[in-house]
Amino acid sequence: MSAIVADGVTRRFGPVTAVDDVSLEVRAGEVIGLIGANGAGKTTLIRMLLGLLEPHAGRVLLAGLPPSRRTRRRVGYVPQGLGLWPDLTVAEHLGLAAAAYGTWARSPDDEEVDRAADRLVAHLPLGLRRRVAFELALAHRPDVLVLDEPTSGVDALARARLWEVIGRTARDGAGVLVSTHHLDEASRCDRIALLADGRLIAGGSTDELTDGRTAVRVVTPRWQAAWTRLEKAGLPVLPAGRALRIPGADPGQVAELVADDAAEVVTVPATLEEVFLTEVAA
Amino acid sequence: MRWGVEDVTVLFGERTALAGVDLAITPGTVTAVVGGDGAGKSTLLRVCSGALRPTQGTVRLPPSERIGAMAEIPGVYRDLTVGEHLRFVADAYGLSAATVQSRSRELLGRAGLADTADRLAGHLSGGMRQKLAVVLALLHRPDLLVLDELTTGVDPVSRAELWRLIGHAASGGAGVLVATTYLDEAERASEVLVLHAGRPLLHGAPDELIADATGLEDVVIARQLGTPQETVA
Repeated sequence: MSAIVADGVTRRFGPVTAVDDVSLEVRAGEVIGLIGANGAGKTTLIRMLLGLLEPHAGRVLLAGLPPSRRTRRRVGYVPQGLGLWPDLTVAEHLGLAAAAYGTWARSPDDEEVDRAADRLVAHLPLGLRRRVAFELALAHRPDVLVLDEPTSGVDALARARLWEVIGRTARDGAGVLVSTHHLDEASRCDRIALLADGRLIAGGSTDELTDGRTAVRVVTPRWQAAWTRLEKAGLPVLPAGRALRIPGADPGQVAELVADDAAEVVTVPATLEEVFLTEVAA
Repeated sequence: MRWGVEDVTVLFGERTALAGVDLAITPGTVTAVVGGDGAGKSTLLRVCSGALRPTQGTVRLPPSERIGAMAEIPGVYRDLTVGEHLRFVADAYGLSAATVQSRSRELLGRAGLADTADRLAGHLSGGMRQKLAVVLALLHRPDLLVLDELTTGVDPVSRAELWRLIGHAASGGAGVLVATTYLDEAERASEVLVLHAGRPLLHGAPDELIADATGLEDVVIARQLGTPQETVA
């Protein structure tokens, strides 16, 4: 069954069309990544998918039904700001969520969250606050999990652990939608939807999206000179460790530009981030 | 070492924010400091921008007027326009009107902020405000650029623009130091220092650190799992 279906969803704010004819499906057991530039319409789309905002055209189904208070019980949501109350303890949050969803309060799956049960949320480090928010979103065993930038500000290990929870939730049968600004995180999703200016510009798995796409990698002891030449030629050059990379560039043109810089110029497979930047620029 | 810190320790009362950190910042390169919440990134960047004197250790920095810095929470005023910000910073550094005009146009163009001069900073998106803060730090052509949380909460397109801005500054000879929580992003820098609980966890060129692993993230996680987790109060 589909956890989320959006069919031709459109939303305008005055003269601005924030989301324009977007269709998207999140199947049970699947993790979908939603990537967009700022102002791409990600948050508006998520609000419509959750039933917090009415679409002007198109329709949304959550676990097979139009969004309502009834479907809300089947949805777990972690907003960008986490939606926690600083002056409540972790246990009070869990009790409140259980009461709101009409379920029994139970001890959290996450042992560290459990150990922090009597602490005020205001006193917890950011990483642990995120885990509390995850625990709250998952406590009523939702069929649909929506996460808006779930890992911002946490370190690599904490992020890996949050992704373990996301993966486990999907394996247990929920459909998961994750919005992120980070394309390495998106590549952990089964499929990715790229949003720009309110429209879906591309979709598919990381392999599908990067298939056949290339970047040019330049390694040179005179990187400053090479950078200046490439930039003057209007190429979208980016630093990459001790090398430079130009997504979607023509290797012949690049080699010619840096001919005087003792440079090694190679064509390499593009990263998902590079594909996204090229697509948005187009 | 041209600029940087040697064996720096910072204590806040009983709490050790940084312990025994070495970091060289080479002109014409970008160096990244990586770590999660509470790792000590902001403390190290405040030391490296001259805003905080360490409890112990050596600090070498250019004179303060040759440093451009952006704090963890960028100093952008919501009720000033973009143009007013530029004039305010230009006056603080005593830049001439002609310099400011050409320099502002160039930087705003690079940042994707052309045509925003009359807009209130409060009406810009988060990514645009962040880019404005970096433009302000770059306005006086500093020799050392210190940028905390360079791209936190910034969309991928603005993030690429920010990396082009700092790449351009480094190509012109500036030493650039950035802090980020994202390891994939740190791989763009030529030198990376990973901090954990105020101590150095890994330090080196990204490709040397990564060696046979698939990415810096795997290397850091492996190292972190081998390190006793300190409880953060």
